Amino acid sequence: MKRAVFSNPWLPILILSPQLAIIAVFFYWPAGFAIQSSFFLQDPFGFGSTFVGVSNYTDLFASSEYLRVAWFTIIYTVLVTFFSLAIALLLAVKADNVLRGAKTYRTLLMWVYAIAPPVAGLMGVMLFDQSTGPITELFGAFGWDFRLGVNYWDTATAMIIVAVWKQVPVNFIFFLSGLQSIPRSVREAALIDNRSASGRFWDVIFPLLAPTAFFLLIINITYALFDTFGVIDTLVKGEPGNNPMTLVYKVFIDGFRGNDLGGSSAQSVVLMVLVLILTIVQFRMMERRIHYT
Amino acid sequence: MADITDTTPAIIAAPASKPTRRIKWGLVGDHAILILGSLFMVVPVFLVFMTASHTPVTVHTEGMQWWLGDQLAENFHAAMFEKGGFTDTVDGMRMLMNSMILGIGFAVGKIIISMFAAYAIVYFRLKFATLAFWIIFTTLLLPLEVRILPSYEVIQGMGLTNTYTGLIVPLIASATGTFFFRQFFRSVPEELVEASRIDGAGPVKFFIDILIPLSRTMIAAIFIIMFVFGWNQYLWPTLITTEEGFFTLVRGIRQIVQTYTDSSIPEHGQAMALAIIAMLPPVLIVIFFQNWFVKGLTESDK
Repeated sequence: MKRAVFSNPWLPILILSPQLAIIAVFFYWPAGFAIQSSFFLQDPFGFGSTFVGVSNYTDLFASSEYLRVAWFTIIYTVLVTFFSLAIALLLAVKADNVLRGAKTYRTLLMWVYAIAPPVAGLMGVMLFDQSTGPITELFGAFGWDFRLGVNYWDTATAMIIVAVWKQVPVNFIFFLSGLQSIPRSVREAALIDNRSASGRFWDVIFPLLAPTAFFLLIINITYALFDTFGVIDTLVKGEPGNNPMTLVYKVFIDGFRGNDLGGSSAQSVVLMVLVLILTIVQFRMMERRIHYT
Repeated sequence: MADITDTTPAIIAAPASKPTRRIKWGLVGDHAILILGSLFMVVPVFLVFMTASHTPVTVHTEGMQWWLGDQLAENFHAAMFEKGGFTDTVDGMRMLMNSMILGIGFAVGKIIISMFAAYAIVYFRLKFATLAFWIIFTTLLLPLEVRILPSYEVIQGMGLTNTYTGLIVPLIASATGTFFFRQFFRSVPEELVEASRIDGAGPVKFFIDILIPLSRTMIAAIFIIMFVFGWNQYLWPTLITTEEGFFTLVRGIRQIVQTYTDSSIPEHGQAMALAIIAMLPPVLIVIFFQNWFVKGLTESDK
């Protein structure tokens, strides 16, 4: 921390208060409310609520539908994270290699960052359209009868492709900036030691990128879990039916369609715990990365 | 680096082997991969743009279009100025305005509030500094999506649905901006504070005359990131704005998708035009202010 500081008794409190007030009202209150209502069963006709202990939670984990959604979320998160990281890393390594056109490539590969997930989802609706979508036709040429919104795994495939498309740019930006911060001297030294380009990459460059990769891993898991809401909602056209959905989407569906405040809150709390674990892992690793750099 | 041969030592060979202009197949491969990657990113949006220039019937029977049709101006005009395409009472202009209000309001609000908070945390001797720090940074843990229903209940209880306040302020309730500025303020040399104290500058003067000018690039970068983030919000506007007069462009996308399921031949051209309008402002900002944006984004990792 800084040593030289001002000592004014009221000014810091004054300028901190807007942030604290907003957080108190729009963060801690709702979060507390979620925890509280997860222990209550709300009357469907709005006549108060009864304390039911942990039964919202036990119901949740006994529900085969919830477990199915949880499984799908895991598969979805793993695939989205893996492909968006792998594609971005490949592109970043190549973009770092070339001199000619490097800036143009960077622009072309990153601008999709600014497109909103539901807009990407709408594009997906057109591209994967059952009868006329160009990608559907492409898959058809390989003998894959692709049916968005009808076949569970076809819809899941479209979700994953759109989600990856949307996330590659962010990862690309971080990987490229990570690669560019590796000192020349290190690369030259590696050139002497190891003649194979792929060997150099995995033995020298990749370990140096590991902190960035780890940071991105967490970012991508969070993205797949929460920020792909818009992609999913548009691809299933707001009507999940028998389509795949993620845990966050289920929180929304149960809460706003099913009017199940208790169950939805219990799901929120489960997700909160999940994010908490992720963050703790992240902080642990961030402390450790000091040894790398 | 494929041209380093066995016989020459690597260090000398690397710069000296320039004259022989052989085709470097490794480099060709690199470019091929990069071009493929760029196409992967660009082609879908290209298709959307081209499709926006055709009549609904063409799109409905033939799917997305690869070439420019003759309906471009008509579709964009309809998407921008005609009411009742996908929504009953608002046109694209109104949604564009709402998106601007959300994007700019969110970015400016967030920057002001988080700069103040970060200033208090970094530059003042506070009794409860650690506590304030933890209260603020716990919010980094829980994205709005996780606590969406209770947040909605709270905002609704306050009567803030269908207001710009209800739309913008709850989104500001996270510490990303504060975290950014805290990191940045901590990297500002301490000598500056000492020097300005010797010159008799108080905390207010130091903030306005020294810290804000120093943070200009940082503010610009954060503005871009936050503007894009605010503009692209979907779930929260979907819940909070039920009156069409408050719809943003991204919120309007949901309307499009729902008409898709209802009508026999949806207005594809208009829908694609609206999608282009919805992506244009954030995309342009990101492309034009690329360097600031990249800097701001990657600094957050430090």
